[in-house]
Formats: sequence, structure tokens, C-alpha cells
Amino acid sequence: MKTYKPAATIFSSLAALALLSACPFVLPTYWTLILTEILIMGLFAMSFNLLLGYTGLLSFGQAGFFGVGAYATALFISKGGSSLFLCLVISLAAGAAAAVVIGYFCVRRDEIYFAMITLAFGMMLYTVAHSWIELTGGSDGLPLMTLPSLRLFGMELSLYSPTNMFMIVLLVTAVCIFFLWRLVRSPFGLLLTAIRENKQRLSFVGAGVQNLRLAAFVIAGALAGISGCMFSLFNSMAAPDFLHWGFSARPVLMTILGGSGIFFGPMLGAAVFFGLEQAITNITQNWMFFLGLILTPVVIFFPKGILGTLVDYLFKKTKGKP
Amino acid sequence: MESFIINLLNGLSWGMLLFLISVGLTTVFGVLGVLNFAHGSLFMLGAYLCMQMMHFVPSFWAGLLTGPLLVAILGVVIERLLLRRIYGRDITFQLLLTFAILLVLDDAVRMIWGPGYHVVDPPTILSGVFSIFSRTYPVYRVFLVVAGPLIGLVLWSFFQLTRWGKIIRAAAVDREMAEGIGIRVPILFTAVFGLGAWLAAVGGALAAPHQSLAPSMGERIIIESFIVVVSGGMGSFPGAFVGALLLGLLESFGTVFLGRAQMAIPYILLATVLLIRPRGFFGREV
Repeated sequence: MKTYKPAATIFSSLAALALLSACPFVLPTYWTLILTEILIMGLFAMSFNLLLGYTGLLSFGQAGFFGVGAYATALFISKGGSSLFLCLVISLAAGAAAAVVIGYFCVRRDEIYFAMITLAFGMMLYTVAHSWIELTGGSDGLPLMTLPSLRLFGMELSLYSPTNMFMIVLLVTAVCIFFLWRLVRSPFGLLLTAIRENKQRLSFVGAGVQNLRLAAFVIAGALAGISGCMFSLFNSMAAPDFLHWGFSARPVLMTILGGSGIFFGPMLGAAVFFGLEQAITNITQNWMFFLGLILTPVVIFFPKGILGTLVDYLFKKTKGKP
Repeated sequence: MESFIINLLNGLSWGMLLFLISVGLTTVFGVLGVLNFAHGSLFMLGAYLCMQMMHFVPSFWAGLLTGPLLVAILGVVIERLLLRRIYGRDITFQLLLTFAILLVLDDAVRMIWGPGYHVVDPPTILSGVFSIFSRTYPVYRVFLVVAGPLIGLVLWSFFQLTRWGKIIRAAAVDREMAEGIGIRVPILFTAVFGLGAWLAAVGGALAAPHQSLAPSMGERIIIESFIVVVSGGMGSFPGAFVGALLLGLLESFGTVFLGRAQMAIPYILLATVLLIRPRGFFGREV
């Protein structure tokens, strides 16, 4: 077992936070935008990994909750809402509420059946976004005519500025990640890991496996809702594509790319994903083709992902033994 | 009445295409234990290669014969180089690897044949329309309704009556036992994946005159064939037949009953089956 040194952890995460918040003042605007997207999608992938990496459930419908959060924000703003804080709260509540209803049915199934039933419900939500034109604007999506602004210390911070947007996203993401960090180390988090390892044994000792899985599902859905809220603010719109299964594949892909067995793996996966996308779309239009080519060896040779493999390598090198 | 018959024929012809794709998917899953995300891309590749071959030899039948064969060869290569390495791994990796193959194949098709639509004409004897009551209906779709069960029957006899079919079923039931009695399972797996790819491509080639070809046709059909395979019972041959017909009919009649909510029909079917009977109509106990 590794021993965690709380002081070192707090220090290094504060340092990382300080470094990141300096980025928009140093980097060109274009890279600030990309970093914002990485943080949003990284949080989405990390919330997904609470299910895959910690609880052992492969969900193929997380985009449904992401999209519910995005549409909740878009609808709130189109009805005249203007508070950023309320946007976040409403999206969180909407994502959680959708996850309670859907999760109630899904957590009874395992493995491929769980993947398929989450896919089914995610695509049902997609159908709603696509076909309920009066509410959602149909396939065109729902534009955000105005962005909420933030009043802080008597100053009016507009989200139209990429720097402010980045700062808000960084703050929200950091809070959510801190919550996740505490969560996976809590007794509840250990129970989730126990479900992944052996759920029969856990239910023999009296844990309510189904309820625990539902709780994890709801938390993941709520965090996906928050990510969706930030994504709709970032893009100034909510579109049905946010709920499609192709979008659900993204957190899966980022998580495996970065490493599902490690806390920050999905975030690194998101960074690698968008970094590669930038590098490759500069050269060719066929980014998906190269993504597939890159993903193939990762899946075959590095099942622990980039960060997982890296940590393993460093760990073995310093300690001698695995 | 006439719209009923038209809907019925639409549902049956679409169901037959779904059956052809799903039967390959379910066979591969039953034997190899891999749910192949790229199956829809092999379907699409079958359609495009059929079209390409028709440029060289201007006959639909030549395309139907040669296109799927090329896809089968590609399937063999994919199994040998890639899939072989992840048998027995967690389902996430299998889905993700085949998803990566899907990305490569779909974008490759876009690079080679462009993002636009292509149209393939049906062969002369099957082109044209005939009239039902006061309306007309394309002959080709009726051909699909007839061809589907015939191909299904041939496959069924192959699996049930021939020695090869029995060997495949044996390997599907228990891989170790099959190896123990001298079946060369690795080669068998390659052959089965090639067969699955061929079936997907035949479905694609037969679908080519039925719908227009576009690089998105694989992504669209793969989810529906997942739904057919899961609701019929994963690995089950009759399940694929019943599931495909059911989904085809539900979708064509859904426009009548559900209006614009009909897009949700496949997913409602999938969720319902998974909640009530997760092993599917004909699946083995899980």
C-alpha cells in the first residue's frame, strides 16, 4: 500500500491549481479555449470513471445526463434566468433526477447488459431532444442568447471573456474533483471498489449492492449534468448531439486512453484527446481515422492507459518491486 | 388496407436486411465472445465495394459476389492482427478496440469515396415497380423479403446439418472442450470472424440498391443490430431472425401509431427486453 501524505497532496494540488489559473494570462486565447474544453470533458470523463473504474460498470449512456444538464441550462436561460450559480444547481439537479429514474432500472443489470440498457435510455433522451421541437428546438439545438454574468466583489465578470470562462470552469471543475477525491477515499468509495472486485461477497456481508450502485450512478449523472451545463455555456448552445451515443463514447475513450484505474487518468485522457485533435486536424481532416489508429495499440498493449502505465513504470523503477 | 400492406412489406424488407447483419454479429458473439462495434462498418464496406466492383464489371451480381469476399478477407486480417489479442479481456476493451476499427473504417470510406451519397441501381430483372391496389411498390424490396428467409435457411442448415456447422457450435458452447477433442479453435475463430464479416458485407451489398450509400450508414445500423442481437438473445440464430423481423415491423408501423416519437421505438424495445427478459427471446440462461 502507498501511504498518502495529506500535506504533500494539498500542496501539490494547490500548486497545480495556481499553475492552471496562470494559463489564460500566459497562453494565447485559442489555447485557453482548448484548455477550457479539456477541463469540461475531463470532468465528464472523471464522473464516468466513478462508474467504470471504481464501481466496475460500463455505461454507454452518460451523454444523456450530460445533455440533460446542457438543456437544463439552455432552457433556464431562454426563460430569462441569469444566475450562473442557479444554472449549475439546476443542471446538477436535472442530471441527478434523470439518473435516479434511469439508474433505478439500469443498476439491476451487469456488464454488457448494463452497457446496452444505459445505451437504450441515453438514446431515448436523445430522441426527446431531437423530436420535442417545441421545447428543445429539435435538431438545430437550443442557442443561449445571453450568457449569465457573475457579480464578484462588486465587479461584473462577463462569461463572454475566455479568461473569465476558463476561471469559472476551473473553479467548478476543481470543486467537483475535490468532491470526487474525497468520495473515492470515503467508506462509501471503498464499498464501490468492493462492488467492482466482488459483488457477491459484498452482498453476503450485508451491503445493499443495488442501492450503492444507484448512488454511484446518481452522483455520476449529477456531475455529468454540471459538465453539460458548462459545455452549453462554453458553446453558447445545447444540441441533440450532446446526448447521442457517439458522444457517450467520448468519456469511455478518454478514460481508457488515460487509464481507468487511476484517479486523474480520465483528465489526462481528455488532455491527450484534445491535444491530438489539434495536432492532427492541423495536418489532415481525417482526425477520426488517426484517433482509431492511436487507440488500437493503446487498447491492445497498454490496458492501463497512458497515466496508469506511466505511474506503474515510475513506481517500479523507484521501489524495485511492483 | 393498402397502406397496411405497404407498411408490412417495408417492415419485412428492412427486417430482412437487419437479419442478415445481425446473424453475423450474433454468430461472432456466440463463438468469439466479442460484441463487434465495427460490424456496421463492414456492412457499409460491403455496400461500397459492391458499388466499386460494379464499375469494373457492370453487373450487380458480380458486385454481390466479389465485394463481400474482399470484406471477408479484411475480416480475417482484423481477427488475426487485432482481435486475437483481446479475447478474454474485459468487455470494455473489446468494445473500444472494435470501436477504434469502426473509426478507421468509416473515415477510410470517407477518404476513398467522399462524404456524399451514392446510388446503386438494382439489377434489371429486379428493377421497376409493380402495383398493389392503386399504389406501386419497388420489386427489389419484395426480392429482399424473399431472399432473406432463403439465406437464413441456408445458414441454418449449415449450422445444424453440416460437420463444419457442428464444429462451430461446439466451439461456441465450450471452447476448452472443443480444443480437447482436437478442434483447432484459433483457426476456427478466424474463419468465423471472416464468415461474420462476409455476412455483414452481403447485407450491405443487398442494401445498396435499397437505400443510398453514405459513410454514416454503418453507424446507423450497428446500434439497431445490437438491439436485434440483444433482444433476440445474444448468440442465438432464431433470436436474430425473430428480433430483426420484430424491429423491422415495429419501425415501419411505428410511424403510423407513434408519429414523431417513432425514433425511440428501437430503444424502447431494447430497454423493455433487458428489463423483463435480459437473456432475450431465445438466449441461454445468463
